Formats: sequence, structure tokens, C-alpha cells
Amino acid sequence: MEQGIPETLYSKHILELYKNPSNFGMLKNPTHSRTEYNSICGDEITVQLEVKNGIAKDVKFSGSGCVLSLVSASLLTSKIKGMKTEAIKKMNKDDIKELFKTKINNSRIKCVLLPLEAVKKALK
Amino acid sequence: MKINNKIAKKRKEDFPIFRHNLGLVYLDNAATSQRPASVINAVKDFSEKDNANVGRGVYSLAERAMKKYNQARIIVADFIKAEPEEIIFTRNATESLNLLAYTLPSILPRNKNEILITEMEHHSNLVPWQQLAKRNNMKLKFVKITKDFMLDMNDFNSKLSDKTAIVSVAQVSNVLGTINDVKLITKLAKQKGAITIIDAAQSIQHLNINVKELECDFLAFSGHKVLGPSGIGVLFGRKELLEKLPPFNFGGGMISKITKENSEWANPPEKFEAGTQNIAEAIGLAESLSYLKKISLENIKEWENYLLKYALKRLKEVPDIKIYNPGEEKSVSLVSFNLLGIHPHDIAGLLNEKRIAIRAGHCCAMPLMEILKAKGGVCRASFSFYNTLEDIDILVDALKEIQKKFA
Repeated sequence: MEQGIPETLYSKHILELYKNPSNFGMLKNPTHSRTEYNSICGDEITVQLEVKNGIAKDVKFSGSGCVLSLVSASLLTSKIKGMKTEAIKKMNKDDIKELFKTKINNSRIKCVLLPLEAVKKALK
Repeated sequence: MKINNKIAKKRKEDFPIFRHNLGLVYLDNAATSQRPASVINAVKDFSEKDNANVGRGVYSLAERAMKKYNQARIIVADFIKAEPEEIIFTRNATESLNLLAYTLPSILPRNKNEILITEMEHHSNLVPWQQLAKRNNMKLKFVKITKDFMLDMNDFNSKLSDKTAIVSVAQVSNVLGTINDVKLITKLAKQKGAITIIDAAQSIQHLNINVKELECDFLAFSGHKVLGPSGIGVLFGRKELLEKLPPFNFGGGMISKITKENSEWANPPEKFEAGTQNIAEAIGLAESLSYLKKISLENIKEWENYLLKYALKRLKEVPDIKIYNPGEEKSVSLVSFNLLGIHPHDIAGLLNEKRIAIRAGHCCAMPLMEILKAKGGVCRASFSFYNTLEDIDILVDALKEIQKKFA
């Protein structure tokens, strides 16, 4: 293999999650909400949370973007549902990378971090 | 010699990058072109055999370096039919345009306070003027584009007036490929007494440019888009205007006389080349222009137009594709497009897995993306004379495959 040609970022699993996202939609009674944009690629992700007793009882997202940003939103919302907000606030780049289970190139890291940014800002 | 598919394939052998990256389908020539071995060697040879600072030393090595640097300027001048003293070496087209945005105000008449550019400008021919307008309380106006991706000349005529101080236009759009009639634009702008600037960053590698025929005041381009090294660019300026303009950078090599209190400027082009320049890269640029001249821009134009025609025909086979291009003859050999419902970055990411390099995103033309209603940007495949019909086939087949994945 030549340098710089990655193994696929677009595995069957990822594409499936793009076509049938988890937690896509709006909450009836969100306590926290935030829309974040990546103006460079036109991505836009809204995250809504229903927090009760310091726990994210329910989480949903909506918006548009590339496969990586939308799949990241699916993976992240599934992960944080039921988690303590204090623990969610501590999540970082490595946690997101781990959710993907494939190597994310530097050029696409902004895409996958957009939903986490929205969640963190919503909880601020 | 005329270029055909076989010769284009053969030409690829001049470019070491293809030897080191087997299977690379390079379709991002509008971002940066690849470099022939002769250019790489010219830079290397100078560094190995002739390196010295220029315009300073009296020893033989320095004289040789100076001679090569001057020779490079002569070759660049000849390429666009300018005089050597009208060629200023800069870092790139962006720096050339910034030089103008910072120095022109001091020679503009007071009754003129409008700058006219177009909706299809690259950020490099937009942001410097936008910021100049803010600094000097001037008005920045944009000529609209038509539905078929051409410049709206009626809109140009209605926005050009006696108040227009500067008209700065891309000869070729980096997104649409559109070739603008800069000769006509210059003529009309001059009738209103405006300074005329041509951004030739996307045309220098495709079209024959003759500044005497165009009659423009200034013209800017980058070396790295015309088979040359990065870090070297050119600003052409008409002699009498360069004499009037104040310097942009101050320092060594640009003064004729200096005391503790005052300085007198050297003549152009030295007046605008403060500090040690990118000497080896200037020599590399001259070599790239010589290489192009040998192949001839006429031959290049003919082959690239054939590539464009073929690419447009084949891309139209792809279902749910939106193409942003005015068509052959009206465009240089690049095509921007979108596949319905798939983000450009995903397309480029998937193409990369097949060793196909294209540009995806806003292509440094965000205002244009808004006009095109391309929220996530576009995909752009841009060709050079070393591209073949097979390169286009590989791209089109891959796009069809991507669509299947997303279906």
C-alpha cells in the first residue's frame, strides 16, 4: 500500500448508522439544547437533552452533515443516554475516537467532534 | 506536438510524483499542480551549485546566482509578454493581491471610492479588497453570475461607474472553470479610469496570456499552480504604475539611499522585493514556464478542452448529479459537481480510498457556494495536460459505486 491511503472509514456498520441513525428527532420536553455549526463544511447539528437529577434521561439530535458528523451524533447520543451530566462534560476527543473503532484522519476530526461540542455547550 | 491520450500518459513520466504514488489519479490540479523533474532539478541544481544571496556579493558565486535570478525574471516576463522590470517576485498570487490592496490607496483619486470584483472570486481576490474597503471607507461591489455560470456583463456595466477606483477580476473561476473576457472587462474599466487587476492564478496554466494585448494594469499568479514550486508568485505591474506605487515591505535590497532619517527607494522591481527572496523557487518557476512553453499552451488548451468535453459527457451519465460548469470552450478543464444527498467530503473521502484525489468543500469561495446553494460545498475535479481519459473513467466509475453504497 502507498502511504496515505487509509483503510475504509466507511464500513458497512458506519454507513448503516448513517442511513438509519439512532436517536434522530426532537424531544418533547428538552431541558438543554444546542445547535453547533461547522461553517467550513456546512454541517449543522442540534442536540437536545432531558436532564433529571443530574442524569441525561433522554437525548436526541437533528441536523445535516457528512457521514462522519451524523454517525458521531448517533454513537454519542446512544453512549450518553443514562450517563451523569458531570461525566458527559468530561468526555473528550479520545472518547469519540473510541466510539468509531476506526482511525479518523486529522482532516476529518472536526466532523466527528461537532456533536460532542454541541452536547457540552448545551450542558454549560 | 499535439497531445493525445498516449502522449498524455507519456507526459506523466516527466512527473516523479506518479512514480512514487503508483495508481494515483490526481485530479486536484487547480489546488496545486505536480512538478516535472526538470523543475525539481532546477531548484536542486541551484541549491547545490549556485547558491548565494543576490544583489549583494561581488564574488563569482554571487554573480552567478544573480545572473540566474535575473534570467528567471526575463523568462517569466517573456511568458506573459511583459518587460522584466514589470515582474515582481512575491510568495504567491495572494501576496501579490495584498501588495496591491495595501499600496494602491495612495495613488487613487479622491473622487473614486468603489472597488468592483465578482461573485466568483477566490477568497484571495476578495478578502484583501473587503478589508481595504473597511479600512478606507470604500464600497465593495460584486458583479453577479448568470444561471449558466457566466459573468453577468449587464450587471458589470451597471455597477461600473466614474466612482469605480479598482476593478479586480479572476480570469478563470477556480470553482466554475468559467473563462472571463478580461480583455473586454479591462477595456470597459479603463474607460471609467479604474485601475485594472487580473487574478490569473487559475488561467496561467491553461491560457496564453499577453499583458500587452490585455492592457491590464496588474496581473497576479502563483508558481505552484503552473508546475512550479510553492512559495513563489508573481505580480506584473505596468512600469509607470510601479514607479508611482509606494513600497509594500521595507528592508534590505529595496532602497537606493538611506540615512538615519530617510530612505530613497530603489527602482521597480527591487522596490517591491525587500529582504532575500525565494531565489531557488524563482528559478524553478522559470523552468516550469520553459517546460510549458516547450509543450505549448496551444497544444495544452486543445487536449484539456477534449478532457473537459469527455469529463462532462461521462459525468452526465451519473444519476442525480448536479454540475456547475458553463460547458466546453467557455471553461478551462475543471468540473465542479455534487451528488444528490451525499456530502462532498464523504465523496472525496471515498474517492481517496481508491487513490483518486479531488477537492471537496467550499474551495475558498464561500460567497459563491451560497449563490450555488451548495451548503456543504462542491466536489471539484481539475485536470492538467498530463491527465488521461482513463483518469476520468476511474473517477466516473467510482462515483457510480459511491452512489450505490449510499442507496
